[in-house]
Amino acid sequence: MAQRRMLMKGTEAIAEAAIRAGCHHFFGYPITPQNEIPEYMSRRLPQVGGVYLQAESEVAAINMLCGAGAAGVRVMTSSSSPGVALMSEGASYMVGGELPAVIVNIMRGGPGLGDIQPSQGDYDQMTRGFGHGDKHFIVLAPSTVQEAVDMMALAFDLADEYRNPCVVLGDGLIGQMMEPVTFPEPSERTFDRSWAATGKKPGQRRNILRSLFLDPEVLEKHVEKLFEKFKVMELKEQRYEAWMMDDAPPVVISAYGTTARIAKSAIRELRAEGHRVGLFRPISAWPFPVDGLATYVEQTRLFLGIEMSMGQMVEDVRRVVAGRRPVQFWGRTGGMVPTVEEIVAQVKERSAALGQ
Amino acid sequence: MATQDVVMAGFGGQGLMAIGKILAKAAMEEGKNVTWMPSYGPEMRGGTANCVVIIDDDPIGSPVVKRTQAAVVMNKQSIDKFEPTVADHGLLVINTSLIDRKAARDDLKVVYVAANEIAESEGGAKAANMVMLGAYLGVTGATKPETLEHAIEATFAGKRGNLGDINVRAFRKGLEVGLAARG
Repeated sequence: MAQRRMLMKGTEAIAEAAIRAGCHHFFGYPITPQNEIPEYMSRRLPQVGGVYLQAESEVAAINMLCGAGAAGVRVMTSSSSPGVALMSEGASYMVGGELPAVIVNIMRGGPGLGDIQPSQGDYDQMTRGFGHGDKHFIVLAPSTVQEAVDMMALAFDLADEYRNPCVVLGDGLIGQMMEPVTFPEPSERTFDRSWAATGKKPGQRRNILRSLFLDPEVLEKHVEKLFEKFKVMELKEQRYEAWMMDDAPPVVISAYGTTARIAKSAIRELRAEGHRVGLFRPISAWPFPVDGLATYVEQTRLFLGIEMSMGQMVEDVRRVVAGRRPVQFWGRTGGMVPTVEEIVAQVKERSAALGQ
Repeated sequence: MATQDVVMAGFGGQGLMAIGKILAKAAMEEGKNVTWMPSYGPEMRGGTANCVVIIDDDPIGSPVVKRTQAAVVMNKQSIDKFEPTVADHGLLVINTSLIDRKAARDDLKVVYVAANEIAESEGGAKAANMVMLGAYLGVTGATKPETLEHAIEATFAGKRGNLGDINVRAFRKGLEVGLAARG
């Protein structure tokens, strides 16, 4: 069935895509700029026989995800930066207990209460600091509303495949803007849920899901088992887009999410003036597309990280480039959005310094 | 048509977000790429609201633009804020019902529309936004008028009364002003 294009806000499109991916359980607590997700869920989930519940706090919401995930149903929450921070303990429990769920973070300005304008200040939070202990989350970062839609189905599949929470990381721009979207056909994939705690039937063994292992030898074995999964994720789940990279441009911008599309506009302008510039856009923030980026290091003379932060993902770029090429950074923060003009000026200035 | 972008601004409640969505929807129906980006943030009742609509044949990069090709302004604060950010030789559509000054720049194409009075004469003072949208479309031809009327009808379908009709009529009055100004 050919799907019609619909004009939708990023937040509403994310919610609808989740429902179409089979997510009929939502628990959350309001925070701008993602409130249309719970609002949409509260309206739509009763129509599909699902459960919408506004929790008393983010801490409660993530623990509700724990319970629903343990019961083997598709479940999600959404929040924004400080709200997500409150969920980090529960999210770590879910990794430990190997419970699937999808957590959407529509980032706003920080630190602290910050503001409600677009930001990318949570890259480190989601790829490094989300939850305690040895753990990882797959983190997907959409650049368009359509990509966010496509990512929701993928996020639920990845969460189920690895039995690990999966994060979709957007910013206030992608949450608030409207773009045309089409919804993909529901995935045909099915997942084993024999592990779920759905009530022991006669003759069945009891399914126990936990993150508490008081014997250190047992916990070490458990963490090693988790890291076998993370190793597979690092091999199989690196995603990126290389844009305008075919002519081996000397200057490569690294940017993700909304910033990447602003960078694309800047690159079009720069190329129209004869400056060869390309874009490396991680789609998975974790696992960082190490292998993809590595193929471009030799041919590039300068990497320029651009983010709505003081420089977070750029540290992953530096890790891969490993001193072989200069990696510079320019960003806006506090809810300020970089403009095309600013990026064009930054690239020109730095190219000139290179003698390009 | 390569790309069209416009900022639409006025008081919260004047329906700027709504006409931006209608324009975006009509352009989408014509197979274009579109983005609609609202201002959002803490704003008091009666404060200003604006949205930026971009229409393009190619995929759209930045959904925010520093200088827009056009500005549709419905109140005093909005003309003060957005007249300076219109690109050189761009378009400014001014609601003279609520803005008592002329454009300050002389490089712009300026269309003066008594949107509130025109809307009232069509039986719906609240449809002043549609008059402004019509004027913008008349000058720019950003979409076909029929596609846009269809988008208006779709927006008001199922609503009480004849809101769709009133809004389409208001749109057509604005369109006439815009087409006349197009020259």
